[in-house]
Amino acid sequence: MTEQVNVSEAPSAGPVKHEDLSLMQEVILRTPGESHLEMCIQCGTCGGSCPSASAMDHTPRAIFAMLRAGMREDVMKSNTPWMCVACYYCTVRCPQDIHITDVMYTLKNMSLESKLIKNSTAPDFSKTFIGLVETYGRSFEIGLAGVHNLKHFATRLPGMTPMAVGMVTKKGMSPLPPKRIKGMDQLKKILKRAKELEAE
Amino acid sequence: MSEYLFYPGCSMESSAKAYLASLESVCKPLGLDLKEIEDWNCCGATEYLSLDLTPAYSLIARNLALAEEQANGTNTLMAACSACYLNLSKADHYMAEDKKFGKKINEALAAGGLHYDPGQLVVRHLLDVIMNDIGLDKIKEKVVKPLTGLRVASYIGCMVPRPDYNNHLSDTEYPYELDELLKALGAEVIDFPLKTACCGGHMTQIGPETAFELIRRLISSADEYKADLLVALCPMCQMNLDAFQGQMNAFFHTNYHMPILFFTQLMGIAFGEKPEKLGFGSELVSAHEAMKRIGIQTPEPAPATPAPRKPAGLPMPPPRIRAGQPATTGKEEAAE
Repeated sequence: MTEQVNVSEAPSAGPVKHEDLSLMQEVILRTPGESHLEMCIQCGTCGGSCPSASAMDHTPRAIFAMLRAGMREDVMKSNTPWMCVACYYCTVRCPQDIHITDVMYTLKNMSLESKLIKNSTAPDFSKTFIGLVETYGRSFEIGLAGVHNLKHFATRLPGMTPMAVGMVTKKGMSPLPPKRIKGMDQLKKILKRAKELEAE
Repeated sequence: MSEYLFYPGCSMESSAKAYLASLESVCKPLGLDLKEIEDWNCCGATEYLSLDLTPAYSLIARNLALAEEQANGTNTLMAACSACYLNLSKADHYMAEDKKFGKKINEALAAGGLHYDPGQLVVRHLLDVIMNDIGLDKIKEKVVKPLTGLRVASYIGCMVPRPDYNNHLSDTEYPYELDELLKALGAEVIDFPLKTACCGGHMTQIGPETAFELIRRLISSADEYKADLLVALCPMCQMNLDAFQGQMNAFFHTNYHMPILFFTQLMGIAFGEKPEKLGFGSELVSAHEAMKRIGIQTPEPAPATPAPRKPAGLPMPPPRIRAGQPATTGKEEAAE
């Protein structure tokens, strides 16, 4: 067990204006298990290992520095967590054993709540995916791809036609929604309670 | 026969039917008795975790609770899809490590009359079960049609070797399991440097340019090593590298043709099973030519339909993107 640093009691130092000293603590508390986020030594191994870093507006290392500095708005606006592909390279390479991928999931949750995220493509994809899962209990790949691409990549659709045809004719994917699971009511009750607990 | 609780996951019944079919057909020779969890639900992939952590873990934990209820004689829960495997493993791991968190998830499960005791199940991936429970000796015994002459890139992807909470595989970045397995089947396995690099995951849907680059790296590396085909063990990896290969080629003006198969399909072939029963022909980048070279007749690909000719109209710039066509260098025009 690592001793957690209570950043809210840390003395303010240096030229950085500490807007929100509880920010890092909030991320730590919301991440399951021991995230070790407070242990970051700013080495940058995470960003150097990241396959999608080029698509991020801040590298993961920068995001952790911003969290420490309490720059809530800038972190919440950042696309960094949303570009994470969950490959876990950073997580296994981090010399401080920070569960970076899990921290990124927490930051995605928080950025949705903050409503500050500007580009809605990634959050919308997650929402459409989960909307279908909450309806059927199973994912519905073709339905998801159709709805999502119509909304966000309509111009790409003609180029995607051969692939879509192959999905149905070769891969044998059904364009119809999946059969609902038997325990749909049970699942709905579980998720309803879970959402109440999340809000607490 | 050793018995395992089995979580197939949504893709195995939709985009990765070939994986499920080939897995089912190699179960008997391997002595695997898979007991599918009744009424399982989607694991939420990487999407639910992005939205809402507590419901996301509760969604996963419903499967764990059902598996624990239905466990009869075995406590090993096996998944073949990397994302499903990691999610199940992750939920079990964090519920055990973080007691307060485990209690919260169980409180949500209780609303549906379920409960899961973290640590009750051992979550494992198919590759780990095959390599560590069945073993190479037994596999070699079953090989009747060695894949001699087939040059393959073995691709494991991210979520099985990383973070690997229980150290099931030999390494987080360069595990040898899939190489050894394919060698036991008689294949020539290249030393694939991008063995556990990322296939792009859901980036094909949210940032296609990033995804195409990640796909290109994998395909071009396998191609440089002169692999006949690339072998995957995850429905998402197979889908990204196979179904998006055409769009990737169009994007970069390349003309790669790298068939992507599931490792169970090659196991089936080596065990003497008919290609039709193993889902051959369902891949979008046909493996017909590659398999023909070692004397395996798989369904022939449909002849490529020529792109519709557009009437010559206004002097527009040439179309930059056309699937499956080699890149134009611009020299042709310059020569004229």
